Amino acid sequence: MDDTVAGMAADPASATVPVTGWGRTAPTSAHVVRPRSYEEAVTAVRDCAAPGHRGGIARGLGRAYGDAAQNAGGAVLDMTGLDRIHAIDADGGTVLCDAGVSLHRLMEVLLPLGWFVPVTPGTRYVTVGGAIGADIHGKNHHVSGSFARHVLALELLTADGEVRVVERGTDLFDATAGGMGLTGIILTATVQLQRVETSLMSVDTERATDLDDLMARLTATDHRYRYSVAWIDLLARGTAMGRSVLTRGDHAPLDALPARARRTPLAFRPGQLPAAPAFLPEGLLGRTTVGLFNELWYRKAPKARTGEIQKLSTFFHPLDGVPHWNRIYGRSGFVQYQFVVGYGKEEALRHIVRRISERGCPSFLAVLKRFGDGDAGWLSFPMPGWTLALDIPANLPGLGAFLDELDEEVAAADGRIYLAKDSRLRPELLTAMYPRLADFRSLRARLDPRGVFRSDLSRRLGL
Amino acid sequence: MKDAFGTPQSLLILGGTSEIALATARRLIARRTRTVWLAGRPSPALDKAAAALRDLGADARTVAFDALDSASHEEVLGKVFTEGDIDMVLLAFGILGDQAHDEDDPMAAVRVAQTNYTGAVSAGLVCARSLQAQGHGSLVVLSSVAGERARRANFIYGSSKAGLDAFAQGLGDALHGTGVHVMVVRPGFVRSKMTAGMAEAPLATTPEAVALAIETGLRRRSETVWVPGALRVVMSALRHVPRPVFRRLPV
Repeated sequence: MDDTVAGMAADPASATVPVTGWGRTAPTSAHVVRPRSYEEAVTAVRDCAAPGHRGGIARGLGRAYGDAAQNAGGAVLDMTGLDRIHAIDADGGTVLCDAGVSLHRLMEVLLPLGWFVPVTPGTRYVTVGGAIGADIHGKNHHVSGSFARHVLALELLTADGEVRVVERGTDLFDATAGGMGLTGIILTATVQLQRVETSLMSVDTERATDLDDLMARLTATDHRYRYSVAWIDLLARGTAMGRSVLTRGDHAPLDALPARARRTPLAFRPGQLPAAPAFLPEGLLGRTTVGLFNELWYRKAPKARTGEIQKLSTFFHPLDGVPHWNRIYGRSGFVQYQFVVGYGKEEALRHIVRRISERGCPSFLAVLKRFGDGDAGWLSFPMPGWTLALDIPANLPGLGAFLDELDEEVAAADGRIYLAKDSRLRPELLTAMYPRLADFRSLRARLDPRGVFRSDLSRRLGL
Repeated sequence: MKDAFGTPQSLLILGGTSEIALATARRLIARRTRTVWLAGRPSPALDKAAAALRDLGADARTVAFDALDSASHEEVLGKVFTEGDIDMVLLAFGILGDQAHDEDDPMAAVRVAQTNYTGAVSAGLVCARSLQAQGHGSLVVLSSVAGERARRANFIYGSSKAGLDAFAQGLGDALHGTGVHVMVVRPGFVRSKMTAGMAEAPLATTPEAVALAIETGLRRRSETVWVPGALRVVMSALRHVPRPVFRRLPV
């Protein structure tokens, strides 16, 4: 959101502005409303239901890469005004909070009590509502599953303006977990937390020389770590194709800390660098610069190091240290491509990695990890298998057609694309990727017959 | 909805038999476009164009539209937008006229001006309003290098394109920040039925090349696109040539 339209009242609670996702592609204009109470949220939803209105969609901190929290010509409900933490059960390890609370805020509050969020993605700046709507996953998916697995119940404001309590195990819960905000507005959630002794991480780092080496290492030893992820150099070709750095670890136990840190074992002090400037030239991240970065990143990683003590923020959220890092891709923005293919489909993964590396997609954020069991969410992304995520500048010529071809390979291998990151999938492939899509559509048709909840994503893919 | 690369899923072409427009439609259908509206005067050529796009897998429909009948634009185009979102409008109608003949027949010259300029003003504004209500969409306007500087050989056509070009630029500024993107496309000499039999100018191009430039411009969210790109440099030089000299240039 950059500028407001000339002539609009400068009311910060409500304005028509261009809205984009984190990737900054495909801006569309929407009426942004920021409810500050549940009543205001109910009123906003009732307004969206008026005849001729183009509907509404909830938005948190805008970290979805694509168009999931945009709604051209309609309303976008900025939920960050509803950010109260209502109750913490410090013994049982649960928290009841508004959907607009960020994971960052939860960590600030919960870590001193010895609790941590059960699942965190690569940024702390997502809201609880967004985490459920996208059913996010983290480096611990192979152990802990996705976010919604840890949600005990939630309150959902539905198209009829009613607030429903939604329990785990119900159809509405499973449609909402990963449902991209299209079943309603999540108002509150009760989340089961993860017990920790310290706010530091004990991290093992090792290098893998190529893709096969990496996959073998992950397969053999992943189960020993709560958190596990591999950074891949996708520009490396030939015998080095798939060379990578594995970082894996767990929350450091108290006795692993150096004496000084032991005095304040649960302190949470994420550092922050200056923000990326608002205007940067296009093409900063070409093959040469990214190639150099990747070479350095690979060389600087130790061949093997165990038990290194790292800050939480360094291990989980390195990019949060640079506010607005998405600007480095310039005006045309970037797309994030994340897919998963099941175990047994390693050949498809190898083929896709080879194609990306042969084409020379300049991606310096390419991440491979193994998913564990999937969860019940109908449009939930994770399923047992290998997932690869990469960032690519959107102005790369021919990128659209190239990614379409990769989609075909993913679909042919019974894999799928992550909707929270998508901004370009062909709608035809969706049914193959998400077998419960028909159930999702029919539940929506019953719950929201007039289509009060709509987003650019839902229009583009016909969700 | 358009995707991250600005590729539309639905397309409305004003001037449904334009070769450049149909080349663009074919290109976009190969990517994401599924719905195409061809607006133009009812004719076998219009139906044939729609049938050809249907063969490519698009849901192509025709709608009766007459650039010269400005009064009808609101109703005709309004109906198209009520059927569903339009991600991209391609304003592609226009006539070349016959300069030598039209100089002696002012009413024929006026017809060129009314088609290329007046018709585009009403159709453009009607579409702009609908796109703005949608909160998204691209309005792509086919201008011409001929509008950049009046030439002895075709100043009637050129002046109409100059008016259209200035109109589209201003409209683009008016819509800035509304989610609607206006892109002015300035092709040079395009080998097509419009120019059949004419002496080819330097840097001549094809409808397919213009289509490619449009697709690239959508991805970059460009405001102005020259086809071929070298014309941008050539024309910025020509623009500053003194008139006594320009008059004598073989352009």
